[in-house]
Amino acid sequence: MLSKRIIPCLDVRDGRLTKGIKFKGNIDIGDPVEVARSYYEQGADEIVFYDITASSEGRDIMIDVVKRVAETIFIPFSVGGGIRTLEDMRKVILAGAEKVSVNSGAVENPKIISEGAVAFGCQCVVLGMDVKKVGKSAKIPSGYEIVIQGGRKYMGIDALWWAREAENLGAGEICLNSIDADGTQEGYELELTHLITTNVKIPVIASGGAGRKEDLLDVLTTAKADAALIASIVHYGTYTIAEVKEYLSGNGVKVREVW
Amino acid sequence: MIAIVDYRAGNLTSVARALQSLKVPCVITDRADELLRADRVIFPGVGAAGEAMRNLRGSGLDACIREIAKSGKPLLGICLGTQVIFEYSEEDNRTTCLGIIPGGVKRFPEGLKERGDPLKIPHMGWNRVQFRGNHPLFEGIPGNAEFYFVHSYYPAPSSGSSIVGETEYGIRFASAVSRKSLVAVQFHPEKSGRFGLRILDNFSRWDGNYAQ
Repeated sequence: MLSKRIIPCLDVRDGRLTKGIKFKGNIDIGDPVEVARSYYEQGADEIVFYDITASSEGRDIMIDVVKRVAETIFIPFSVGGGIRTLEDMRKVILAGAEKVSVNSGAVENPKIISEGAVAFGCQCVVLGMDVKKVGKSAKIPSGYEIVIQGGRKYMGIDALWWAREAENLGAGEICLNSIDADGTQEGYELELTHLITTNVKIPVIASGGAGRKEDLLDVLTTAKADAALIASIVHYGTYTIAEVKEYLSGNGVKVREVW
Repeated sequence: MIAIVDYRAGNLTSVARALQSLKVPCVITDRADELLRADRVIFPGVGAAGEAMRNLRGSGLDACIREIAKSGKPLLGICLGTQVIFEYSEEDNRTTCLGIIPGGVKRFPEGLKERGDPLKIPHMGWNRVQFRGNHPLFEGIPGNAEFYFVHSYYPAPSSGSSIVGETEYGIRFASAVSRKSLVAVQFHPEKSGRFGLRILDNFSRWDGNYAQ
């Protein structure tokens, strides 16, 4: 039986973590490679890197980070943020990432999903979706709309339609981020997660809102997510990944328990 | 020296990096002479069976892999490399493969369920492997260890005697098979953390013998 995956997410800007990670001892660590190694050793099932670098020089630094991560950890990891062309995808994959995540780049040019799937295989292409609850309408029948630019720009695209479309285009996985829940630490958007994950055949990673261990239990059971993205809950030492997994396992969720 | 077969089937550097972390010398090559000269060969791959077989036939590496499998040289198949070792794959309107192990590779059927929930395809993520027998490649691996899988087709050997590991995903399938000096796994040891690295380390020291 497949395990539910627990995936820490690291935001990187110009080759450094945007916020230092505090493990035991309260030492601030800003090096993404060192933090990736630490999460790997703590039992992360996968790691997501999100590059929020704006400059092209910064993007080259990120490729170097990806190379060093690939020499350090031996679990899958994905890289997203600012991926717009097949060449962007190729650089990240050749540097050693298992998967590459496209978000607004795919909204603007959906063909990048199919081209990426043909060039590198479906399993490499993750569709990142930023979603806001807007209420049901003729244009947005699911009541959830695709947004970009951190939630500032509404795209007039229905989230459920887009998830199915991306699956048809060849995306191998969806990373579903609720802009409403993101950063609140008040729990994942369960209704949205359930809607998407039960209507596509590809795996769905739920993202945004994890604050307590119970939030992960809810999203992996009630909302049927295949994996849960976590950030603050482990970055600031509230829990270790092992504690989260022990709790989930104790509540009947199948997780990877030895590493 | 371990040679990694390069037949343009995905990114092979992750296998090389995993071996490098173990201080095991390796080379990625598409040259038959280099493969035949190596002490051991790893046959990895990600992608589709049709394209993989076209590349293997086009480069003549299909004959080379068959020869290595016969020679007694330790050979490790990974993921797509494992799949094309069988006689055929259902992928790409049925692809004729290398035929080193009798049997085929089948698509996970639609409508598989576990605990009442429909299963996603591809089978992507961490799952257990129930090892059968005591193959030297899996020495030191605890029973509850998990490995990273990503595939939509699964190995279905004609004879159960070649199965050395099984995994459950709606159905029970052969996730590790062996025949003489060949071992082939459906999962990715190079992406399966410490226990995956242990398998690669075991392979780097294996002499190719397995008394079943």
